[in-house]
Amino acid sequence: MRLQQIASALLALGVMATATQAWAYRVYVSNEKGNDITVIDSETLEVIDTFKAGQRPRGIGISKDGKELYVCASDDDIVNVFDPITYKRLHTLPSGPDPELFTLHPSGNPLYIANEDDNIVTVVDVKKRSVLAEVPVGVEPEGMGVSPDGKIVVNTSETTNMAHFINTETFEIETNVLVDQRPRFAQFTDDGKLLYVSSEIGGTVSVIDPAAGEIIKKIEFEVRGIVPEAMQPVGVRVTKDGKKVFVALGPANRVAVVNGETFEVEKYLLVGQRVWQLAFTPDEKLLFTTNGNSNDVSVIDVESLKVIKTIAVGEQPWGVVVAPE
Amino acid sequence: MRVWLLVCFSILWIGSTPARVNASDKQVISVGILKVERETPLPISRLDLPPENLGFQGARLATEENQTTGRFTGQDYQLNEATASPEEALDALDTLIEGGSNIIVAMATGDDLIALSKHVSDRNVLLLNAQAEDDSLRTDICLPNVLHVAPSRALKADGLTQFLAVKKWRKAFLISGSHDGDKLWADALHRSANKFGLKIVEERTFEDTGGARRSDTGHVQVQKQMPIFTQRAPDYDVLLAADESDVFAAYLPYHTTDPRPVAGSAGLRPIGWHPANEAWGATQFQRRFEKLASRRVRSLDYQAWLAVRAIGEAATRVKSSEAAPLKEYILGPDFELGVFKGTKVTFRPWNHQLRQPVLLANDRVIVSVSPQDGFPHRVSLMDTLGFDQQESTCAFNK
Repeated sequence: MRLQQIASALLALGVMATATQAWAYRVYVSNEKGNDITVIDSETLEVIDTFKAGQRPRGIGISKDGKELYVCASDDDIVNVFDPITYKRLHTLPSGPDPELFTLHPSGNPLYIANEDDNIVTVVDVKKRSVLAEVPVGVEPEGMGVSPDGKIVVNTSETTNMAHFINTETFEIETNVLVDQRPRFAQFTDDGKLLYVSSEIGGTVSVIDPAAGEIIKKIEFEVRGIVPEAMQPVGVRVTKDGKKVFVALGPANRVAVVNGETFEVEKYLLVGQRVWQLAFTPDEKLLFTTNGNSNDVSVIDVESLKVIKTIAVGEQPWGVVVAPE
Repeated sequence: MRVWLLVCFSILWIGSTPARVNASDKQVISVGILKVERETPLPISRLDLPPENLGFQGARLATEENQTTGRFTGQDYQLNEATASPEEALDALDTLIEGGSNIIVAMATGDDLIALSKHVSDRNVLLLNAQAEDDSLRTDICLPNVLHVAPSRALKADGLTQFLAVKKWRKAFLISGSHDGDKLWADALHRSANKFGLKIVEERTFEDTGGARRSDTGHVQVQKQMPIFTQRAPDYDVLLAADESDVFAAYLPYHTTDPRPVAGSAGLRPIGWHPANEAWGATQFQRRFEKLASRRVRSLDYQAWLAVRAIGEAATRVKSSEAAPLKEYILGPDFELGVFKGTKVTFRPWNHQLRQPVLLANDRVIVSVSPQDGFPHRVSLMDTLGFDQQESTCAFNK
């Protein structure tokens, strides 16, 4: 174990020395139980700050220009907006009750928020700070994904078990796709041709053709020595070229690396405990994972597919976002 | 006649029209829920007084949830409720079926459930057992038209003793009550202790002498009685109380002669549901229920909810409202349901028991959830709880 740690530390040094003359990005991690945000420097991979973020911070995102950090304060029923540098709370956004996850329109506005308690998706204008629409969806909305052209926002409902395709102009649901139990996350590929939806309790990731509204493949996960019940996919991220899909597997303590063309699992990376959400650096060199039960973040080198560092953060890290360049 | 039929508690949806579904071609899935009421004594604690609509509220919430999904699938869910005495139960069942419900959630004791099952054995009717925990219904008395959503006593006992085995609290002092249910619960604890390597070092029976459950300054007598009742026991780690009738167990914690933890019917209790559970998205479930019922969830509410949700999940997938295809899907390999316990639940096809985690809780928080780590199983970890295939003479799937 100790040898491994030394090895990965050496590897980390090596990777940083050779591969990266990259930007130093700021990585923001929401700590659900700690009620705060941990800020990490992506170059030194050290924690540089921690600041308070309201009660039960979960979903976290950042504006396109990097000037506003959005954090769902689930138990306060608001979205807090912070200055990502000074950590000053700039203002709040109306969010509807118990906001959990959201996604930003590719243009940077509006924000689409899943309200778990009310079976609605709230659409919020981040400039005017007002609610544009409330869209009734299935029971326990959670995952939110927006198509790259901004025309469709997909919401997953955890008890209804559907991906709802919402037209971003009319706010009407156009298509519903039934997936496996407890869909947690929806992620489009950058070309908009595929949509990945993870089902936590079902243990699968559905690959959906958004144009046809049909499932073309269900990805399953299997690791020797780990009970199938522990394979609980949550966070999904896809590289810009669509070739690599990373899936956080919750209590299996693994991130699966899936081939984005064959949909075969190519590798399982051992990370911290109960891994839920994932975020790339903008240059896609690193992927950060939130490990809720070990109170840390694993850093994956995307090129070599190795876990290069584990960083202790606050209590029960939930979401993660990396600031743009 | 003491049969009340509150027919058609159906939920009207007011809101936007879902995409691509016309109201006219909606498929109607009609579920009946029947409570067979038997008189039971009052509980020891006034906190446990049975609320009005116990169980029914869970079924109503599930119907609402099914209905939300039905907006997108073109299905309409109805719930027909009935309460009857044991003598009138079969008539009430007939009335529900005549009203169009061929799927019935039963809230009844084991004996009453057997009568219901036999009464409709030649009809195309599916019963879901939300209440009866009798082990015999999972091993010897096999009812082909019944699915057991309620955990058996054995399943709960195994959930508890697995935890005690992990804690290495292997020497148990068992006190059981004098009523039939108490004895069956004690039998289940015996079987489970044997299964997971615990030893019952002493066993005593607490005779229920009748009388009122509560009295002013009753604690004065209790403080004298319980230490005497528990004295001179051989060395033990944990006191197991088997008191389904709620006569004495609640008085054991802090009153035992030896300073030992209490588990079973008091202290650390194995239960199907707890209103404090917040993990795995359960907060949303608790809030939805509390908003609907203006009270906290009880296990019977949860089990009725689970029964109606299982029907909703099957109807969503197979697009049928008939008992036979729904039952076939529910017992088949593709059925799975998220129930806010961190893992999907499925049914054991050989005895129709729902595989499910068991919550271990005290009055205020969840202490642990079984199955525990370290008890492997070739099929499902949840099959370490309750009767495995070889322990049951039921063989529906053969």
